[in-house]
Amino acid sequence: MKKDLGKGSSMQDRARNEALRAMTRRHFFGQTAQFGLGTAALAALGNPELFASTAASHGPHHKPKAKSIIFLFMAGAPSQLDMFDHKPMLNQYDGQPVPEEVTKGERFAFIKGTPRLLGSPHTFQRYGQSGAELSNLVPHTARIADDIAIVKSLWTTQFNHAPAQIFMNSGHQIPGRPSMGSWLQYGLGSENADLPGFVVLLSGKNQPDGGKSCWGSGFLPTVYQGVEFRREGDPVLFLSDPEGIDRERRRRTLDLLKNLNEQHLAEAGDPEIATRINSYELAYRMQSSVPELTDISGEPDNIREMYGVTPGKPSFANNCLLARRMVERGVRFVQLYHRGWDTHGSSNNEDIVNKLSWLCRETDRAAAALVQDLKQRGLLDSTIVVWGGEFGRTPMNEARGGSKFLGRDHHPRAFTMWMAGGGIKPGVTVGKTDDIGYNIVEDPYSVHDLHATLMHLMGIDHKRLTYKFQGREFRLTDVHGELIHKIMA
Amino acid sequence: MRRGLLLTWGVVLWMTLAPRAAMAAADYESTVAPILKKNCVPCHSTANAQGKLALDSLEAIQRGGVSGPSLVPGKSSESGIYQRLVVEDRTLRMPFGGKALAPELIAVIRDWVDGQDAAAPAPEAIPTTIDFHRDVEPILKSNCYGCHSGGKAQSQLRLDAGKAALRGGLGGKVINPGDAKGSRLIHRVKGMGGEQRMPLRKAPLDDRQIAILERWIDAGAVWPGADQAADDEELELHWSYKAPHRPKTPTVQKADWARNDIDRFILARLEKEGLSPSQRASTEMLIRRLSLDLTGLPPTPAEVGAFLKDDSEQAYEKLVDRLLASPHYGERWARPWLDWARYADSNGFEKDLPREMWKYRDWVIEALNQNMTFDQFTIEQLAGDMLPKPAQSQLIATGFNRNTMHNEEGGVDPAEAHHDVLVDRVNTTATLWLGSTLACAQCHNHKFDPFTQKEYYQFYAFFNNPTYDVIHVGDSSTRFVEKSIDLPTDAQEASRKHLQEQITDLQKVTSTETDALRDARRVWEKEQKQAFDRWKRVQPEKLESLGGSTMTAQPDRSVLVSGANEHGDTYIVEGPAPQGDFNAVLLEALPDESLPRGGPGRDLYGNFVLTELSVEWNPTGKADGWKPLRWTYAVSDNGNIAGFYQRPPEDPSKAMKRPDSRGEEQLWTVDASREDKRVARRLVIPLDAKVANVSNARLRFTFLFASPFGKQGIGRFRLGVSQEEDPHFITQVRSQVRHNLDLAESARTEEQQKEIRSTFLSNTPLLKDERQALRKLRDEMSDLGIATAKVMQDEGSFAQLSAPMRVRGSFLSPGETVYANVPKVFPPLPEDAIPNRLGLAKWLVSKQNPLTSRVMVNRMWETYFGKGIVETSEDFGSQGALPSHAELLDWLAVEFMDSGWNLKHMHKLIVMSATYQQDSKVEPQVLENDPYNRLLARGPRFRMEAEMIRDVALAASGLLSSKIGGPSVYPYQPEGIWDVPYSSVKWEQSEGEDQFRRGIYTFVRRSSAYPSMATFDAPSREVCTIRRVSTNTPLQALNGLNDPAFFDAARALAARVIREGGSAPRQRADYAFRLLTSRSAPQGYLDEITAWYEREIARLKREGQTAKQIHGAPVALHAEASKASSPELAAWTLVANVLLNMDEAITKE
Repeated sequence: MKKDLGKGSSMQDRARNEALRAMTRRHFFGQTAQFGLGTAALAALGNPELFASTAASHGPHHKPKAKSIIFLFMAGAPSQLDMFDHKPMLNQYDGQPVPEEVTKGERFAFIKGTPRLLGSPHTFQRYGQSGAELSNLVPHTARIADDIAIVKSLWTTQFNHAPAQIFMNSGHQIPGRPSMGSWLQYGLGSENADLPGFVVLLSGKNQPDGGKSCWGSGFLPTVYQGVEFRREGDPVLFLSDPEGIDRERRRRTLDLLKNLNEQHLAEAGDPEIATRINSYELAYRMQSSVPELTDISGEPDNIREMYGVTPGKPSFANNCLLARRMVERGVRFVQLYHRGWDTHGSSNNEDIVNKLSWLCRETDRAAAALVQDLKQRGLLDSTIVVWGGEFGRTPMNEARGGSKFLGRDHHPRAFTMWMAGGGIKPGVTVGKTDDIGYNIVEDPYSVHDLHATLMHLMGIDHKRLTYKFQGREFRLTDVHGELIHKIMA
Repeated sequence: MRRGLLLTWGVVLWMTLAPRAAMAAADYESTVAPILKKNCVPCHSTANAQGKLALDSLEAIQRGGVSGPSLVPGKSSESGIYQRLVVEDRTLRMPFGGKALAPELIAVIRDWVDGQDAAAPAPEAIPTTIDFHRDVEPILKSNCYGCHSGGKAQSQLRLDAGKAALRGGLGGKVINPGDAKGSRLIHRVKGMGGEQRMPLRKAPLDDRQIAILERWIDAGAVWPGADQAADDEELELHWSYKAPHRPKTPTVQKADWARNDIDRFILARLEKEGLSPSQRASTEMLIRRLSLDLTGLPPTPAEVGAFLKDDSEQAYEKLVDRLLASPHYGERWARPWLDWARYADSNGFEKDLPREMWKYRDWVIEALNQNMTFDQFTIEQLAGDMLPKPAQSQLIATGFNRNTMHNEEGGVDPAEAHHDVLVDRVNTTATLWLGSTLACAQCHNHKFDPFTQKEYYQFYAFFNNPTYDVIHVGDSSTRFVEKSIDLPTDAQEASRKHLQEQITDLQKVTSTETDALRDARRVWEKEQKQAFDRWKRVQPEKLESLGGSTMTAQPDRSVLVSGANEHGDTYIVEGPAPQGDFNAVLLEALPDESLPRGGPGRDLYGNFVLTELSVEWNPTGKADGWKPLRWTYAVSDNGNIAGFYQRPPEDPSKAMKRPDSRGEEQLWTVDASREDKRVARRLVIPLDAKVANVSNARLRFTFLFASPFGKQGIGRFRLGVSQEEDPHFITQVRSQVRHNLDLAESARTEEQQKEIRSTFLSNTPLLKDERQALRKLRDEMSDLGIATAKVMQDEGSFAQLSAPMRVRGSFLSPGETVYANVPKVFPPLPEDAIPNRLGLAKWLVSKQNPLTSRVMVNRMWETYFGKGIVETSEDFGSQGALPSHAELLDWLAVEFMDSGWNLKHMHKLIVMSATYQQDSKVEPQVLENDPYNRLLARGPRFRMEAEMIRDVALAASGLLSSKIGGPSVYPYQPEGIWDVPYSSVKWEQSEGEDQFRRGIYTFVRRSSAYPSMATFDAPSREVCTIRRVSTNTPLQALNGLNDPAFFDAARALAARVIREGGSAPRQRADYAFRLLTSRSAPQGYLDEITAWYEREIARLKREGQTAKQIHGAPVALHAEASKASSPELAAWTLVANVLLNMDEAITKE
């Protein structure tokens, strides 16, 4: 038995091939999956319908509004009160102690004693037809005010970075559950057989506090975990062939490998060997498709200018452009982390005056450019862009250890995110916080609600996409999650 | 103003409090009723209903009074219950004649009314007399039977049979006849008490149905026939909670196939299914399988040869005994245990700092090699510290419970972080020994298994007594740190003692002011004052700011900056060079009242960040006469100087590298945010060469303020030059205390005098040698490398161990206190066991425990066969898989206990079976009937685990180090994997044989896994992971082909093949194949490989330099192969690269 697995001639071969197909179907989400649904690998097994039959058992559950998500994760928690949620009363009572009744029984990460209110040192203005109110820190986001839906009333249960980031990604604060990208991969598979369906890009300093658990697959097979594209060196680990091995030589070595593996498949009869052969073939294709994807030298100057990309320099802008190229190629979930938003004010370079301005300069333009670029290419209809962090920041100055720098502590009770694209209502602002931005007074939405909504727009009923583990059916939204209808088109 | 503010605060408060009520589900019982009770019910109760309106029950509210219904669902504007609270007319407003209700309370009522379902139809009348069959049974049947009937009763609660229903379930009684309010059945259907509403994930019962149940219970919960029910209503206990008994060995037809009892169980099942076992595997397959299973390493060609030659009866058994006695046996079987024990070399969470735990890892290896009995193995790990006079090794063993993650993030609540640690200990213990998902009961009673939430916290109480130190970090963070012990060798202990004595002595010398030193200090003080006065200030004549700031010269020759404040501003200051030669420049930053917060900087806080400074000198005064004055480092009296501007160390190669990108350079950063820091600061820049000054020369200074934040210029500054022997002598004294030098010694406070004295002592050249010696000693001390181990230690106490329950699992909601105990479904703690960790450990390995032995033999089985007899090896509960061979499992479990928990005995038993020794070839018929090989009609065949793939590659290529134990090692890892916030710990590649240690010794950092481990499905070790999922992905293909660690193995394998594999390509190909698979390559393989090799070597010969790139530098290991030609070595490297990636090479078959 060689090469053509679909056309065995002897009785025995045919029986084996049938068994092999049946096995692969059953095994599909267990051990042998490729990236998501690995259509090409399965076609090689001579059964192209496999894709449809397997996918149907998971999703989509209804007609999707969007095919891809780009999640711009502002790790460290941006200060909503200095960017989106304008509170004149904070400026009016700047420096006044907050009444004890407000903070009684509250736990803060760092604030001790009675904190004082902190007015924003930044100025706000209304933009666009929608009249969205934004600060001078985000002039570029202001340009797309009519394309985005701003939600000012999200809340979370976690008030420290690592758990909150893991919660924002997996619906649970302790590492070990699958992230949203993994769930989507599991539920929908990949649209591109040569690329991973869930990609993570990092910028800013280091990785996010939640670490790789943020894009882990938890108890789902590791095939669904986010693939981290690295800033330097190979975008995917070990993508480059060793020195002296060019494409043709790699092809020849793989031909030999394939030949030996096929001989062994005939000897040992284990269909797992066929899957292994295919995984090497996909790896070979990735060696071409990934560098093609990450090479932005062919992008015209005006596009690079629009994002603010400096060629050869890893940056958030660079990653935004890559994200667009990925969704163009069918990558399901792209997550960009930009780290450093943790502006406590405990030093000169982590405050809401200096650091926050700096971070906005690093990200504002590229984030807006991404939305505009997707729009001009007609891709915004099938892509959702999400911007936000893991929680918000307090209306009070933190003043850790008596610090005189202006900064805000972690605030899980209310924070702002914006979204744009497929199925999202453009030009709306939803939700309201009280006069000092402490509590939500209108339309509170939980992280689970956000997850439910994003899944819904991708064609997934969050209550139906489940996975049984340790005796329980798990889902991204645990036992929660309501759709945020007000931002749905 | 004050009054105004207060009033406004009222509004703010109202706004802040109101939403809390809105956010919470407006629940009548918990939220609304208490408000009504306090404010309204005194006049509007059923007994005393003013206006015929009672407000003490929902029904009464709905009924209303003389003014009609008080509640219009969904419409607060039409509901009297709300309108009468807010109406302006004081004669109408309620509470009558009293003060208005607080706004936040009114908001609660409003939101509750508005939240009522407007469309709800009027309730159907409820019969006054309830008939069970007519009224109650239909409700139970359509809503409860689904999960609470017959044998599948969740939480062992049945609602389909009277006797059982009235008895209740795991959580106790649910129906209290005569007391609906006190019946959990009612609480649960109403969703009260913090538990999930019943029926789960289905529509709730309507009010009428609930009312019927209430009325029925209040009337005595009559259930016809319940008292005569038979005992068959007793629930069948889940199989795994019943103690195993040794079953009778089944009789089989093909009795001669069986080698031991295991085979009879397997064969009986196969025969029942009409299948027959496979033939015995080939000798080569057997020795490879056995070696991999028992030592994790492939057999050497010599071992294979010897085994092939030995045709004695006992050949196989002798091999088994030899492998079980190998010290590598412990390494192999420690691997799964370390997954379960979540062993790692870092703390996890955000910072994920390294920790020293390897002594525990070595303990596991050693204990397994010694064949410590499993009960002892358990007891030492869970409670070694509680044994009488514990040995050091027994303390190290308790590191098991210290393998929990430890959150060091700044803002964590230390008590909560500690609680999380205890939760992990509970969950890990229950999963590892009991195969139970006790973890599910942390927040509520277990949905499916017989564990209540109370029992969870009873189990938790066993662990709730560790000692820890409270450590304060910085000024705002606190941590609980549990105990570690030092484990110095005798030699280390001696050195430590010796060093400590020397350090103490020297410290005394360097901090004591002798008479001689006192005199020297007085001289030094004088010199300090004089030195400062020697600096000549530059008169600023030409001032320019490129960013448009206004710069004004001051009478004291300083420059004051005001006006515009642009990001990236540049100041240019020019003036006449003061007379005389000079070799250093002084920049003083001065506070000024006109600056933000009093300066000296211009940002909102009065800080500045100087990123660049250039100094030029012009002796001619002509426009083209400027010469740059070079300098390499700077010293300040305070404030931060970037590392690369600091004084270059003796060894220039250790100087800090200047960052490449502009803007990140921060030459001098001054933080003046605090009042006590708002003082003059000085920066001294020694020039590379002395300037022989001439008259009429000029100086020009260019300042760049391009910090990434921007707007951070200096607000007031002054420049100076001087000719100094020791230019930065003046920076020895901090600005804040310099003025104390002007005070007479007698006028100084003790504090001031102490400060000056210690400044002098830490700078004086008279103590230079001593200071240096002290530094050296301290370095030597830390270089001793004394190993430590994290161990358990309980607080000494006679109190019974207890813990508060946590309502819904929330740390913030402590509930009832419970005492250490084991779940009721299990046999109780032994009579003589104290309910502490030791008692728990003894209980786990008592023969009465139905799970421990089953769970352990099942995991052994899983490691050999790829799947356990119970496939869900982590869950033996009702949601876990049923055993494929229940009797075999029990037989093995009893055998394990009867053998005295002898692990090697069990290993031998399994590998001696005919079942284990079958060929793994997948026959189509078997694939069809049993695709997952659950029935074992063939031998096991599955991809090797991550560590084994590495070990096999290294062993086959001859690189593998056979060293056992020791600190974790750092083999090759690509750049940038350890990219963790708040941690500068670097992966520094190990040297020598430590690069080629077995996978089990690779440093495990939880948040940044070693790439090939993670790619091949090794868990992160954040929590206990029982079962590794096995995937097959392209990332694995890339890893195997291109990871330099694997490619190096290919190079070494090539060299080995040339060295040892004979001279003909066919011989060499066969040798390489044998090193990896233990068998000779079949002809078809050899034909392909040699043909490929010949074609490739021809190409390489044509290509010239490529071959060298492929085989790399001839490292020591290659030496003997260096006689081979370069194309030869390269071609074999490519062949080896292919062979190492063969499915067969990475599969145990």
